Amino acid sequence: MAEKAIMAGFGGQGVMAIGKLLAYAGMLEGKEVSWLPSYGPEMRGGTANCAVIVSDTLIGSPIITDDATAAIVMNLPSLDKFESDIVKNGKLLINKSLIEKEATRDDINAYYIPANEIASELGNAKAANMVMLGAYLELTKIVKPESIIKAFTKVFGEEKAKFIPLNEEALKKGAEVVK
Amino acid sequence: MAKVLMKGNEAVGAAAIKAGCKYFFGYPITPQNEIPEYMSRELPKIGGVFLQAESEIAAINMVYGASGAGARVMTSSSSPGIALKQEGISYIAGAELPCVIVNMMRGGPGLGGIQPSQADYFQATRGGGNGDYRHIVYAPSSIQETVDIMMESFDVAEMYRIPVMVLGDGMIGQMMEAVEFHEPKKRELQEKTWATDGTKGKRKPNIINSLFLDPQECENHNIRLEEKHKIISEKEVRYEAEGIEDADVVCVAYGTTSRIVKNAIVECKKEGIKVGIIRPITLWPFPMEIFDKINKNAKGVLTVEMSMGQMIDDVKIAVNGRFPVHFVGRSGGMVPTPANVIDSIKNIAGGVK
Amino acid sequence: MTVVYKKSEGLTDLQLHYCPGCTHGIIHKLVAEVMVELGVLGDAIGVAPVGCSVLAYNYLNCDMHEAAHGRAPAVATGVKRVRPENVVFTYQGDGDLASIGTAEVVHAAHRGEKITTIFVNNAIYGMTGGQMAPTTLIGQKATTAPYGRDEAHCGKPLKISEMIATIDGAKFVERVSVHNPANIRKAKKAIKKAFECQLKGEGFALVEVLSTCPTNWGKTPIDALKWLEENMIPYYPLKNFRNFGEVK
Repeated sequence: MAEKAIMAGFGGQGVMAIGKLLAYAGMLEGKEVSWLPSYGPEMRGGTANCAVIVSDTLIGSPIITDDATAAIVMNLPSLDKFESDIVKNGKLLINKSLIEKEATRDDINAYYIPANEIASELGNAKAANMVMLGAYLELTKIVKPESIIKAFTKVFGEEKAKFIPLNEEALKKGAEVVK
Repeated sequence: MAKVLMKGNEAVGAAAIKAGCKYFFGYPITPQNEIPEYMSRELPKIGGVFLQAESEIAAINMVYGASGAGARVMTSSSSPGIALKQEGISYIAGAELPCVIVNMMRGGPGLGGIQPSQADYFQATRGGGNGDYRHIVYAPSSIQETVDIMMESFDVAEMYRIPVMVLGDGMIGQMMEAVEFHEPKKRELQEKTWATDGTKGKRKPNIINSLFLDPQECENHNIRLEEKHKIISEKEVRYEAEGIEDADVVCVAYGTTSRIVKNAIVECKKEGIKVGIIRPITLWPFPMEIFDKINKNAKGVLTVEMSMGQMIDDVKIAVNGRFPVHFVGRSGGMVPTPANVIDSIKNIAGGVK
Repeated sequence: MTVVYKKSEGLTDLQLHYCPGCTHGIIHKLVAEVMVELGVLGDAIGVAPVGCSVLAYNYLNCDMHEAAHGRAPAVATGVKRVRPENVVFTYQGDGDLASIGTAEVVHAAHRGEKITTIFVNNAIYGMTGGQMAPTTLIGQKATTAPYGRDEAHCGKPLKISEMIATIDGAKFVERVSVHNPANIRKAKKAIKKAFECQLKGEGFALVEVLSTCPTNWGKTPIDALKWLEENMIPYYPLKNFRNFGEVK
């Protein structure tokens, strides 16, 4: 089994971060992982994205071209850019809070998640990325949410441990939307 | 040690420090900035020195000085910056000093672009600097391999007193994968009796030099260098080869593109096409001899690169007319897709089911 | 028998290759004597340039490192950062330091590298056969300025000491000359001070030494010394530009 996920959004929405968490969690579970970011000027204020592969077997190319099993899109430009890269019957997770448009393809499964609203209700709009990740984990079961939490301080440092309860809650709420 | 998830550039820095590198001289350029950033953060903690030079030219000459003074030292850059370092690399090779140079390649020529590329194959293996010199070039294809090679490259450089280049690309530099740090196999290293550390009035002056005004002396120096190159060619060639003895088509690719080729091979296998791969891990010395093992009835050899075709020259030398040599490549920061490679394999395989 | 003069042990026994009347030999001797007098010869690591003094590594009796053209301050930086306890110096001509190596010397000064630079200014490229240098005087003929240097065409000569003295990391900057015994003595004092600047850990030190090139100037050794005094010194005044321990 291999999950090939694209995560995309504005710089600052934390798409690189949830990608790293997913990759780290996969590694902690003994899976093969890769995390490949977009880099360069487009990251400064523009749309950022990363490609994460979590697999039971060795990963060949870390690049995801038109074979994404899922895409998490946090803003409209990301939806427009990556919808076409998803495989048939793949998953498209759309941040409904910021994207009014719906998926145009009918051969994929689209999920609409009001990530910013849910995060705001939890007290921190910045956790919208974790809401999306929670939904993604519920749909794919590729890693356990506990592994994401274990990875949290590895990725962000011990001083960020105080944010774990909020992020744990965000993962749960995201999962509930797609249950 | 447990696995950690690391970005390629940071893994380069971490591996270098674990290998005992205490000095880094560099200059910022995308997409390798995490290397100098990592070194500037970590080297002071272990009593080492990170210094941001005024240019790549100055940086490589600082490496030249530091290496002459006996230190384990490295620099890193990306394509246009490596072009500027060529003068210094030639001097370091000429003066027979060890050092490690990392190139995270980006698109060219000129300022080019910042996306991954393999267009510096000629620069790395033919030498952008002047004179009859060679240096070892490693081309890792994963972060783990990058770490393993970095840790060994300092020993290799010192063993042969030669610059070692680790040739990655923007993707190797920027991506994250799980890595473990292993001690490389120990090599027998000579004491650096040649280093400039002051005579203390107890020995003749040590002179680090690449100037030989007498042509006979200069030729003798070149003959000595060539003898060293031959030993390296015999002992340090490294490659991965799989399925080439019964292959219909053999792909040749290094670094990032070899991973794309491997994906393509899996797809071709499903359709009954037997595809082998030769992945050079050292680009110089190039693994010429493994090409003798290719199935005599193979339909052809396919070189895959992120360039307009550079390594293909070495592949043709190695194939030596025995098979047609084909090419698939993207350039300027574009990356070939498995589909590109599969199409070419099918064309070459032709009659094969 | 009384020994009244002895070659400095800071010099090797090799015969210098310099042309008759060239003052490089004097400057080599001063550097060698200073290192011996300061007791640092055994700790010294010199960096030789490309130019007439390219073979300085054969003449100075200490560890030496031959650099690429203009890069001596970068090479010296690498050496000094690895061996801060050693005494590291560069010996460079005006083509090397004032033309191709301006970035390296400016930034060595800018970082306050604790190295000593001996800058030999003879207003011409010697080794390559008398081409124009950035330090060639207005009207002075060179093989690449056959009609004499013309300000409208390539500007006025570069005053390195004045320029380096504007940089905070440079803690000792002085211009001296070796055209007569009195000035040779002053030059030696300045060179000594420039090494002391490093020994005290003050920062970058540079001594610009006005020097002759009888061969490429097309003059006898005596006339060359006179030409230096009458033409170079008015444009390149002999003075101290920066001294450590002084409040500026």
